[in-house]
Amino acid sequence: MKLTLITGLTGLLLLATIVELLRRRQLREKYAMLWLGVLLIVIPLSLFPRLLDNVAGFFGVVSGVSLVLFLGIVFLLLVCIHLSWEVSALEEETRTLAEDFALLRAQIDAERAARDELVSSDG
Amino acid sequence: MVNGKRVLIIIPALNESGSIADVVGEVRGELPGVEVLVVDDGSTDRTAAVAAAAGARVAKLPYNLGVGGAMRLGYRYARDNGYDVAIQIDADGQHDPRYVPKLVDLLDDNDLVIGARFAGEGDYSVRGPRRWAMVMLSAVLSKVARTKLTDTTSGFRAANRRVIEMFAGWYPAEYLGDTVETLVHTARRGYKIRQVPVAMRKRMAGTPSHSPAKAMIYLGRAFAVLTLALIRR
Ligand SMILES: Nc1nc2c(ncn2[C@@H]2O[C@H](COP(=O)(O)OP(=O)(O)OP(=O)(O)O)[C@@H](O)[C@H]2O)c(=O)[nH]1
Ligand SMILES: [Mg+2]
Repeated sequence: MKLTLITGLTGLLLLATIVELLRRRQLREKYAMLWLGVLLIVIPLSLFPRLLDNVAGFFGVVSGVSLVLFLGIVFLLLVCIHLSWEVSALEEETRTLAEDFALLRAQIDAERAARDELVSSDG
Repeated sequence: MVNGKRVLIIIPALNESGSIADVVGEVRGELPGVEVLVVDDGSTDRTAAVAAAAGARVAKLPYNLGVGGAMRLGYRYARDNGYDVAIQIDADGQHDPRYVPKLVDLLDDNDLVIGARFAGEGDYSVRGPRRWAMVMLSAVLSKVARTKLTDTTSGFRAANRRVIEMFAGWYPAEYLGDTVETLVHTARRGYKIRQVPVAMRKRMAGTPSHSPAKAMIYLGRAFAVLTLALIRR
């Protein structure tokens, strides 16, 4: 009973955090949807940990809780991979930005040099 | 100048080299004295070059930001250059620039004016889940904005200075955010929104962005985006 209380409260706290982050526009839609989906699964499980016992039995896992642990770790790994992928995309974008910036600077420098040249040859 | 106001036409474009020249040409022909800004959003074709040759100012983004990202750039340009009115028009030729003076006129008493299909003019029709999504969006957003809105995802809209100022600082780049969420945001902040019926034409070239298979997903996402917009502040 005590355990259910702790897990249930944790789940609700997480839900409140995510909803608040969302409301403050600190989370983009795609991540928000992901975490809301996760919580919709996690909260019932935290209140009724034995919910998955039948499913676990079917897969030959002794208790539903171990199944949840296993699935949880797999899920977290997937999230990590996804984040690495996002960071790679971001790095590629900043690289493009840096190049654009350098090209612009080169262009401005060249134009300024040409103008100075013109002024000094005039005067 | 349209009716004494400095007007900027903002055209977000992604791979529209087939139609952009005609669209820019038509706008400049119908509306002498307005400035046209094409925001090329990382196109892989000659959209930017073609638009520039047709007489538009072109802002070329280094990579794709989506319509929302392109539009914030457009509104920043409008704000920094002191335009009175900024009007978004699609690059595929579906919006008729002859409606622009009407939109500008309505800005006298409104802050954001939307050129809407399904409001009487033209014969554009949509069926299936896409239609359900549009009905749902219209019903909810009409309530939020306290005015009748029949085409909430329309990319034909005119903003006055106050709204330009707001959009220059805040404009979502998320899917449907540029239409649905901006409407909720604008209405919640007390700005007046109004729609005018416009006839929508067929695309001039290129491929439409929506296949029928995606319609169901569209409905789901529209619902999610709307819910999010309503709980956000
Ligand atoms: N900046 C930018 N513009 C885009 C992007 N995708 C589409 N657009 C432009 O947004 C406008 C509307 O896009 P469309 O594909 O015509 O969408 P639609 O009018 O809702 O649907 P259709 O019925 O297919 O015409 C056009 O001017 C496109 O060039 C994008 O990723 N970035
Ligand atoms: Mg279109």
